[in-house]
Amino acid sequence: MDFLADALRQALLLLVSPDAELLGIIALSLAVSGSAVVAATVLALPFASVLAFKRFPLKGGLLSLMNTFMGLPPVVVGLLVFLIFSRSGPLGFLELIYTPYVMVIAQFILAFPIVTAISHSAVVGVDPAVIDAAKTLGATPFQKTITIFKEARYGILSGVMAALGRVMAEVGAVLIVGGNIRGYTRVMTTTIALEADKGDFELAIALGIVLLAVSLLINSVLYYLQRKGKRQ
Amino acid sequence: MSLVLKAEGLWKSYGQKAVLKGITYTFSPNRIYALMGPNGSGKSTLLRILSLLDPADEGRVIYTDGASTPLEHDIALRRRITLLLPDIGLFNASVLSNASYGLRVRGVKGKEAKKRALKALSLVGLEQKHRQNALTLSSGEAQRLALARALAVEPDVLFLDEPTASVDAENTGVIEKIILEMKGRRSIILSTHDEAQARRLADVVLYLKDGLIYEG
Repeated sequence: MDFLADALRQALLLLVSPDAELLGIIALSLAVSGSAVVAATVLALPFASVLAFKRFPLKGGLLSLMNTFMGLPPVVVGLLVFLIFSRSGPLGFLELIYTPYVMVIAQFILAFPIVTAISHSAVVGVDPAVIDAAKTLGATPFQKTITIFKEARYGILSGVMAALGRVMAEVGAVLIVGGNIRGYTRVMTTTIALEADKGDFELAIALGIVLLAVSLLINSVLYYLQRKGKRQ
Repeated sequence: MSLVLKAEGLWKSYGQKAVLKGITYTFSPNRIYALMGPNGSGKSTLLRILSLLDPADEGRVIYTDGASTPLEHDIALRRRITLLLPDIGLFNASVLSNASYGLRVRGVKGKEAKKRALKALSLVGLEQKHRQNALTLSSGEAQRLALARALAVEPDVLFLDEPTASVDAENTGVIEKIILEMKGRRSIILSTHDEAQARRLADVVLYLKDGLIYEG
């Protein structure tokens, strides 16, 4: 028990006066996951719009695929991205393996189906009367689509927050493609795994507390958005 | 320039059932028409087709503005007409944002859009609630807001599908007063089940029966 209490005390001290390494790890985690989710959102919204409003063959199949991919195992994504970007892989010439960029790509693959599927669900759930109202008030098809997305904003934001929560917490994909290189590709989850393995618990616990705080913040925002969406 | 609206041989069927069977009628500008008929007679269907929200199976909806050539059914024409549906579909936004929606999609900028929307809200007695979320309004207030939203864009032709069907007597009075104030200034085509209301408001009362239209 003494070593646990000692590790916790050391972790809290580290949090109170964080060193450059801890801050760097937290910053990289937020940058990688934030970039992945922003990129996923930018591409997922038009894709969700196409899935919601256009008729085309295989639409149902694509929707099922997005729903299935919401639960993609991060290690599988990591392996796939590794095979593609490793030196002997088809995109190996880009020399992205073991860089933060390829970590963003891996997390993008995890986030994209989540944002797409939840946004699609939110968009098709918009009251048809609202869509008719936009049309009768003179909206062009593009303005009507923007209006629909505005109406679905709480659902879409829920999807974005859910994706952020998922990629912030995953370890398998970034570990495989990033290589957990100190000061370069080491993020919170991979550091926790490594430090726990080494038996150096203070940094692991400190990062665990930060990760839990981020998770709590994301879930609080999610809860707030869902409450707001339901109330209105 | 006022719009002349002509329905020419409009047919519409749902499955095997024909609801409209060749409706032909000319609506003169700046008059109020009340459209009556039992449930399922096709009033809403006709209003949706005339307002270009839905297409007819057969026949034509022709709008002219003085020239003999019919106007294209483009966005410019659509923005000269507005339909207020029974299921009004307020946006999850402020009362002011709802009222200014039609203006904003027409490119009217901030202050001017706000000024005109507030003016429309004052007509229906909702200017004091312009910051409130529209979805928190009572059903009567919501109906009045929907009317303000339609009036803000100053349409040449205003279609009202049962505008007082779900509101109390007080709100009905407010809405009827607003409609009467527009008499002679724009074309209004409204559907109602209330014969007395139709007589109070309209210059011409029309009946839909067996898919055809008759003047009463």
